Amino acid sequence: METVDREHVPAVERLRAWNPRAAAEVLEFRGEITVVVPAELLRGAAERLRDDPSLQFNLLSDLTCVDRFPAEPRFELNIQLLSIPYCSRLRLRVRVPGAGAAVESLVPVWPGANWMEREVFDLFGVRFEGHPDLRRILLPEDFEGHPLRRDYPVEGPR
Amino acid sequence: MTTIETATGSARTMVLNMGPQHPSTHGVLRVLLELDGENVVRAASDIGYLHTGIEKSCEAKTYSQAITLTDRLDYLAPLSNNLCYCLAVEKLLGLEVPKRAQYVRVMLTELTRVASHLVWLGTHAIDLGAMSVFLYCFREREEIMKIFEMFSGQRMMTSYFRIGGLALEPPPGWYEAVERVVALLPGRISEYEDLLTQNRIWIGRTQGIGHISPEDAISWSVTGPMLRAAGVAFDIRKAFPYSSYEEFEFEIPTRTESDCYARYLVRVAEMRESLKIVRQAMAKVPPEGPIRAEAPGIVPPGREKMKTEMEALIYHFKIFTEGFAPPPGEVYQAIESPRGELGFFVASDGSPKPLRVHVRAPSFVNLQALPKLVEGRLIADVVACVGTTDIVLGEVDR
Repeated sequence: METVDREHVPAVERLRAWNPRAAAEVLEFRGEITVVVPAELLRGAAERLRDDPSLQFNLLSDLTCVDRFPAEPRFELNIQLLSIPYCSRLRLRVRVPGAGAAVESLVPVWPGANWMEREVFDLFGVRFEGHPDLRRILLPEDFEGHPLRRDYPVEGPR
Repeated sequence: MTTIETATGSARTMVLNMGPQHPSTHGVLRVLLELDGENVVRAASDIGYLHTGIEKSCEAKTYSQAITLTDRLDYLAPLSNNLCYCLAVEKLLGLEVPKRAQYVRVMLTELTRVASHLVWLGTHAIDLGAMSVFLYCFREREEIMKIFEMFSGQRMMTSYFRIGGLALEPPPGWYEAVERVVALLPGRISEYEDLLTQNRIWIGRTQGIGHISPEDAISWSVTGPMLRAAGVAFDIRKAFPYSSYEEFEFEIPTRTESDCYARYLVRVAEMRESLKIVRQAMAKVPPEGPIRAEAPGIVPPGREKMKTEMEALIYHFKIFTEGFAPPPGEVYQAIESPRGELGFFVASDGSPKPLRVHVRAPSFVNLQALPKLVEGRLIADVVACVGTTDIVLGEVDR
């Protein structure tokens, strides 16, 4: 498996040129690059990554959440980006604290984020500010709790 | 419960509920349609009727046990799910799979693509009123199911791919059996084309219907045959080859019309390309050789070894009681499933059970674009559009 030089990732260089704080951490694991972005810069960073002619991350592959309970900040949004013109992938990560978990919505950047964010809201209870239609998607509206949280038992609440 | 307020508030429109028990929704999809006469003004899908919490269940299983759950996602292409999940865990472990197993995996996943497209074609045709195509497609699909049964013992819930390789040695006589099916299918596909491609009713029901521009398709994260029918030649098998796909020669069929007819043509052409890959893969599978990676403590030892070697017996016991613990970290592995980009995001915290398994389901993401396809069209076109989106609700709802 080839190793990637994480100091010279074009996307990271472009992000840092825009805002020196945008790429707070750059992680590499099994040849995949993850850029940790501060929550308040997420939408700006996403717009740059989509519109920069040398990057063109035009397709949002996936958006999901990991719950690191009991660690804090417990939630981790993992956003998989794909650039069809350059045939490259990138993962953005945003750490979200558990209390009043909320993050800016990416729907204005990629409309395809709509259902993915609704799913994270439904199953983890993370809110997305500026989402046009933030409702539960897989579970019924009167469902209580967010079952993919680590403190929600597999058998359901007792 | 999803509601749809009348956008205009005018007395002209009414709201019609379609599904969840409607044969053309291919499962349990509910679509709310705001209609002006027969014209769809607005559409909204309501999903979740088949939600079974597979992602949560995975967290309570060991990495190997979770394979059986992946079969139940996209139940028309179980081997694609098996493959994607195994590749993700293998990436997490940094495990190299023997070539023999890789070629068998390619061969079977391409047969899966053909089987899945056959179900799609048959059910889509019956939705639009062509009964006989359905019967023919299922007849041929059964031949492929027999191959899966031969390899794994199961027609559908195969779980044949395991972490590090294959569950079993390919069965005796598999080559002849696959060869027979591969020789049979091209002629049969031509027969379906004879029934449909020039058929005036078929063309009338599909051509110019359900259009989505390539820009919209990309921004709505649409992948797979739907994206290729919009003129974007993107295929993960070519863009990010996995399981030795770089060694195979095949074309990416594309169209530019981006309507239901174009999606039909793309899928039919894909079946032919898949058969080309199956032929190449068959020729590449060596008659002898390992089918599982050599990784004590992760990949179970062979039966013979387990019965004769002390170490192997200990590993066997430990793998099936405790499982194995990959290093902490996260990986995302995507493959080209029959429906588009199927991705598994697997996060490990260094314990024998995954911290998180997330499925990037192509049907779920593609279905999101349904309102784009149907708004402004007739109600009968909704059936054609849902059909060519090719959803499997098991995967949409997970």
